[in-house]
Parts: sequence; C-alpha cells; structure tokens
Amino acid sequence: MARALFDFRARPRFDIRAQPGFGVLALFTFALLYLPIITLVVYAFNASDSLSSWGGFSLHWFAAAAQNQAVQDAAWRSLIIAVSAATMATIAATMAAIATTRTPPYPGLSVKYAFINLPLMVPEIVTAVALLIVFAKVKVWTGYTGLGYLILAHTAFCIPFAYLPIRARLEGMDQSLERAAADLYAPPWQVFRRVTLPLLRPGIIAGFMLAFVISLDDVVISEFVKSGGQDTLPTYMLGQLRRAVTPEINAIAAAFLVLSVALVTVFFFINRKKA
Amino acid sequence: MASAAEIARRDEQGKIRSRWLLSAPALVIVFIASIGPLFVMLAYSFMAKGDYGDVKPGEFSLDGWFSVFLQRDIFDDTLSLADAHLSILWRSVRLSVITTVLTLALGFPTAYFIATRLRHTREIWVFLVTIPFWTNLLIRTFAMQQVIRNEGVLNTLLMWLGVINEPIPIMYTDWAILFGMVYVYLPLMVLPLYASLEKLDFRLVEAGYDLYAGRLAVLRRIILPLVKPGIVAGSILVFIPSLGAYVIPRVLGGGKNLMLGNLIELQFGAGRNWPLGAALSITLMVLVMVAMLFYVRNAARSGGGHG
Repeated sequence: MARALFDFRARPRFDIRAQPGFGVLALFTFALLYLPIITLVVYAFNASDSLSSWGGFSLHWFAAAAQNQAVQDAAWRSLIIAVSAATMATIAATMAAIATTRTPPYPGLSVKYAFINLPLMVPEIVTAVALLIVFAKVKVWTGYTGLGYLILAHTAFCIPFAYLPIRARLEGMDQSLERAAADLYAPPWQVFRRVTLPLLRPGIIAGFMLAFVISLDDVVISEFVKSGGQDTLPTYMLGQLRRAVTPEINAIAAAFLVLSVALVTVFFFINRKKA
Repeated sequence: MASAAEIARRDEQGKIRSRWLLSAPALVIVFIASIGPLFVMLAYSFMAKGDYGDVKPGEFSLDGWFSVFLQRDIFDDTLSLADAHLSILWRSVRLSVITTVLTLALGFPTAYFIATRLRHTREIWVFLVTIPFWTNLLIRTFAMQQVIRNEGVLNTLLMWLGVINEPIPIMYTDWAILFGMVYVYLPLMVLPLYASLEKLDFRLVEAGYDLYAGRLAVLRRIILPLVKPGIVAGSILVFIPSLGAYVIPRVLGGGKNLMLGNLIELQFGAGRNWPLGAALSITLMVLVMVAMLFYVRNAARSGGGHG
C-alpha cells in the first residue's frame, strides 16, 4: 500500500510529469495538515493536568469530560439541533431539488437557485449578527427563548449543503423509469414513493450527512443566536478557550474529531460504491 | 371544449405552480433565517444608536456609516479618519491576501503531486486532504494553538534542536492568525486546484518539452495558464472566508489583533454601537461580493477559452 502511494517504481529517465521540489512541498503540506491534529489527540491522553508537560498515558481527561454536566448538556443540545436541522433541511432541499431539476427553464428558476445558495455566499459573521438583531426582537415580542431559534438558523444554512448532492443525483437520473411507472397507471404519488425516492436515496443520505456535519461544526452563528445557558459543544469549547486550558478540552476535541472523521469516512465509502 | 394547445398550456402552468409549492419550504426558511435578516440589518445601519445597544427605532441617522471611516473628536467635534477601524480593515485585507498567496504556494505543489499519482491512489490522497477539511474549524484552530504556544510543539522542537534558546512568542500576534488561517483554509485551495490539474492533458506538457522548453517554462507557459480557473477558484474560496474570519483571530490573535469579524462582534457587545456594527457587516459583505464578481467574470472568460 505505502509502496503504491509513493510510486516507487523505476522511472523513465526523463519524467515529463515531475516538477522539482513539488514532492517535498506536498509532503510538507500533508505533515502540516496532520501534525496539529495528531498533537491535539496525543495530549488528550496526557495524565498531567497542564498542557506543558507530558505526565504519562491516561484516560483520565476523557472520563472527566464525560462526567462534566455542562459538557453532557452541550453535547446533547448539539445533537438535538443537528438532527432536527439536518432533517428539516434535507426534506426542504429534496422538495426544492425536485422542483428545480429536470425542467425546462421557467420564470423564477434562477431566482430560486440564487436564493437557495445565498447562505453559502454571505460571510458567517454577517449572517450571525443579522440573526442576532432579528431574534433579539422576536425573543422580546414572543417571550419564547427555546432551541427553536438555533434549529431554524441551522436549517437555513444547511439547506444549500443538503441541496447540492440531491440535485446532482437527480440530474443524473434517467426519467424513463418514472415514465414507465406512469404508463402503467401508477398515480404520481406512487411514482414518487416507489420509483423516484428509492433512486434518489444515495443523494438524500449524502445531503443529510453533509447537513448534519455542517450543523454539528457550527460555531459562529450558534454563538450569536443562542440564549443564555444554550451552549452547543463548539460554543462551550470556545468559551473554555478563554480560560486556562486543561487537557479536558483536548479530550472533548479528540472525541469530536473521531466522530467527524468517522462520518467523513462513511461518506467517502458510500460515494465510492456509487461511482 | 378546450383545444389541445389550451390543455397543454394549462398543464404546463399547473406544473410550474406545483414546482413553486414544492420549493416554498426551502425558500421560506432561507428567507426568514438568512436573507430577510440581512435587509433588517441594512435598515439598522441607517438608524441612530440606542444608549444601551440596539437602535432608536425610526430615528434616521448616518452616524453608523460615517463612523466606519471617520471618527468625531469628543472635545471639539471635528472629524478625522477612524484610524482604528481603517487599520483593522487593512489588517483583514492584508492577512487574507497573504493567506491566499501562502495557501497557493503550498497548495499548488500538493495538488500537482496528487494529480500525478497513479489513478487508484489519487483518491486516497484526496481523502487525506478532505479529513482536515471536515474537521471542526474551532478544533483545528485549537490544534494550531497547541503547536505555536510558547510551550508548544514548534518552540519545544526548535529549542531541543538548539536553534533558539528562548521560545519565540507567536501566540497573540498577526503571525499566529496567519498560521491559523493558512492551516485551516489550505484544503479549500488544494481541492479546486486538484480538480483542475486532474484534467490537465500531459500531451501538451510533452509537446512543450519536445519544443525544447525547460521545466520552468513548461510550468509557467503551459501548466499555469491551463489550470488558471482552478487557481482563481481556490484563491476565492480561501480569500472570502479569510476576510470574514472570526474564530481564528479570536482564539489565536487574542484581544488586540482584531480582524473585521471581531470588530463587528465588538459593536454588538461592549461597543454598544449596533448601527456601526451593521454598517461594518455590510462593508464586509460588499468586499466579498466584489471578490465573487471578479471570480464570475474570470470564470466566464476562461470558460470560453478552454471549453
């Protein structure tokens, strides 16, 4: 495997693909990408209670993080928000994708594209303060200060991420199967449920996972939209970074990291099977 | 009796109506929680600031916009350039440009390296770039903090090697922000560059060598022009989030080395100047839109050239 990765086979005398120094710079880049993450994970297993010295291997900080009530609450809240937002975003994005693909252009189609993709183009901090302004007013008017604001905000910025893979899948789909079903007197709803939806499933799963990861990772918008005592895991960590940092934060980060990597790996293999 | 054409037309209209209904939930959610608030913010930038944050509703004022660039002397009411804001604006643009250049310098060789691997191993290299990309931004910033701290990996290593005797203080400087941004946004440069380089036709490179071009000439006159769309796309993808960075300067830059994102936050917190915060946000958005327009124009032009 490592052999194949580095292409250590006899080279022709003059390799037209080679550029001097590029290989070294590339390996440096990979080292740069992984060194900080690896350091972080290693220090999560540090027995010492400061970050400056190594006190031997220990799972102490993972246990401490898992027993910390604030961490538990934040993790649970993050999960609720990510599942709700990703679900709503995926449903809305699937409907929107069906409405905007495989159709001759109609008035308003390009406006829809622009609308759905807009959350991708606006800097997060700008959306965050705009939401702060609006939700501050709404919180006063309605008296409601629950998780609904966070879920709504997350749903909005997850929609473009869920939309992209679903739309890509739809555009590559053959319409003849759906026509055949309609020819056999299947009513439109049955065509959708028995033919379109199963064919679309890989796109929907990819869209949901993207939306889920994006929601779980969000710091900036959550930081500005949350009411008091509504920390998500990332905003909790951001708050902790202001104080003296203990390896407990490393342990939380390492656990979070493993979850993200696992999700990305699953995503990678789903896509690979499809191709 | 309706004619066939009439029925077809009605059918078509019905389809368009149902397509609008289907897309309504997505459009409404994006409007409520993304586009609508931007308009509210635009309105806020033209109102007078409230005494304890917020604004005085309905009271029109251009103070928010004036104070983006100007400041009023508290004693004699004279106007002068707002040095603090301008220097933060300048720092944001400067750090974002340097970040873009550095990620390009590292990202191009990396993408080229991946694109010249054997077909079935390329996927694995790309996957290795994707993993950090999908790792939480805050965690990556925090990871970088552990590398560049005074007692961090970098200083410890340099001291162990005997290169330095005292740790170099990097944290809470512009360098720290730069390290963080390059590290965090590097995958955003590599991925579009790779997409472009993967399609590079090496027969053209070979033709260059046949015509006695050196390595540098081939790189500069053949490879770079062909992958220009990827270079532009990667640069925009790095430049835009750098300009709006908030978490990285907050964690690595400390309280002193603000970027535009932190200046905006300050107006909604301790600064209690919401109209100024709104005006600064719109300034940031305009800067981003200008960068985007540049990209769209460039993409349209090169799209015609290379098909």
